[in-house]
Amino acid sequence: MIEISDLYKSFGDLQVLKGINLQVEKGEVLSVIGASGSGKSTLLYCINGLEPIQKGSIKVDGVEVHAKDTDLNKLRQKLGMVFQQWNSFPHLTVLENVALAPRIVRKLPKRDARDVALKQLEHVGLGDKIESYPGALSGGQQQRLAIARALAMEPEYMLFDEATSALDPELVGEVLDTMRLLAEEGMTMICVTHEMGFARDVSDRVAFFHEGLIEEIGPPKQIFGDARSERTKKFLSKIR
Amino acid sequence: MFEYNFHWRPVLKNLPDLLEAGLVTLEVASLAMVLGIVIGLALALIRLKLRGPLRWFASSWVELARNTPALFQLFFFGFGLGAFGLHLTPYAIVLAGLTFNCAGYLAENFRGGFQAIPETQIRAARSLGMTSAQAYLRIVIPQVIRIVYYPITNQMVWAVLISSLGMLVGFRELSGETQFFASRTYRIFEYFAVTAVLYYVIVKIILLVSRLLAIKLFRY
Ligand SMILES: Nc1ncnc2c1ncn2[C@@H]1O[C@H](COP(=O)(O)OP(=O)(O)O)[C@@H](O)[C@H]1O
Ligand SMILES: [Mg+2]
Repeated sequence: MIEISDLYKSFGDLQVLKGINLQVEKGEVLSVIGASGSGKSTLLYCINGLEPIQKGSIKVDGVEVHAKDTDLNKLRQKLGMVFQQWNSFPHLTVLENVALAPRIVRKLPKRDARDVALKQLEHVGLGDKIESYPGALSGGQQQRLAIARALAMEPEYMLFDEATSALDPELVGEVLDTMRLLAEEGMTMICVTHEMGFARDVSDRVAFFHEGLIEEIGPPKQIFGDARSERTKKFLSKIR
Repeated sequence: MFEYNFHWRPVLKNLPDLLEAGLVTLEVASLAMVLGIVIGLALALIRLKLRGPLRWFASSWVELARNTPALFQLFFFGFGLGAFGLHLTPYAIVLAGLTFNCAGYLAENFRGGFQAIPETQIRAARSLGMTSAQAYLRIVIPQVIRIVYYPITNQMVWAVLISSLGMLVGFRELSGETQFFASRTYRIFEYFAVTAVLYYVIVKIILLVSRLLAIKLFRY
């Protein structure tokens, strides 16, 4: 379980998160929507400790992420992350991209790391590309590679930061399908997304972010059909 | 009007000596490059990551190396230090001068290389649980090496060519050796013509080796 309470985060004078309270249960899929600049990415970075926080707490399975004595490198193995810019490692083959962290972080023997990588590449439908370099892949394939790379750490949570926003429209589907597959397999996911169809169909709950606060959170039916907040309604009407 | 008679025989007789001196040139240039790469990398990282006196020192090094004549840099390690009673051997003077010069240029290449790697690559590596050191060693530096590879090759060529300044501080590398024989026989043109060919061949070999190595190293 991820438990966030009273979370404040700022960059210098810029207050970005202004008191976030949120719990994500095991097996839940949460979509996070909201205008650009409202702090959605920052929240994900805080959850896996890539950004320090000013106040409040984030606990992952009871472990305080931002406590001094927390082994972040170990904790991050639980928290797979997929970025908007897919960030494949261009100097490594597809297989090496996925096998590297299992080998040097999980310290698996080379053979096992390779097996894990192969399994996850099959999982996302890249089993026939293992010897290619990322430069030879399409954006959609590179994003699926990034998903496989995160999965190879056998995480318990997956954080997606606008995984499809940088893709050509015709490539969005294959990535969303992969995310959908993970959701069906029971992965716990927090998905920052602009894909309202995905948010509605796949998530258990949807959170609407507004200026560093969760303006409204609830099941997709509520958010998309019967939003309580005027701001939520206004945001959704603009997006459609 | 043109009454000069070419005499190539003495040059050919000394060719083994010249080839040997060519190896000295290659040796001092290679050594200066190895040291220059290590120091240049350190200077680049200091300039990118640190503040304070160390950064000032690194910046000054780069500025002086790039914006003053290489000859003066050599003279500094020769006559300059000599004036303070520190007398280096000609070999040491050339090695120090070349290293100083190469480190300065390479530092800028490395700096550009590091800046070309997006911060997001490091974030992605850290998000997988890699330590900062692992992210640098496995993700950043291999990509930087690719970026600075051809600049390093060019610098190696440059090191070979400017090592010829060594003859002005009494070092018997290829040019010094040529000068020595040329002045003994007065066959100045012939000697330097042959030596120019030798430099050309050395440079071509360096470029060829570099290209072959690149094919092996970089498959992406
Ligand atoms: N590293 C940073 N340094 C300074 N400001 C930042 C940094 N990252 C994000 N911000 C600012 O924080 C605010 C929220 O950013 P972000 O979390 O990326 O929003 P979202 O993902 O919702 O679009 C923005 O105003 C952005 O400019
Ligand atoms: Mg964002």
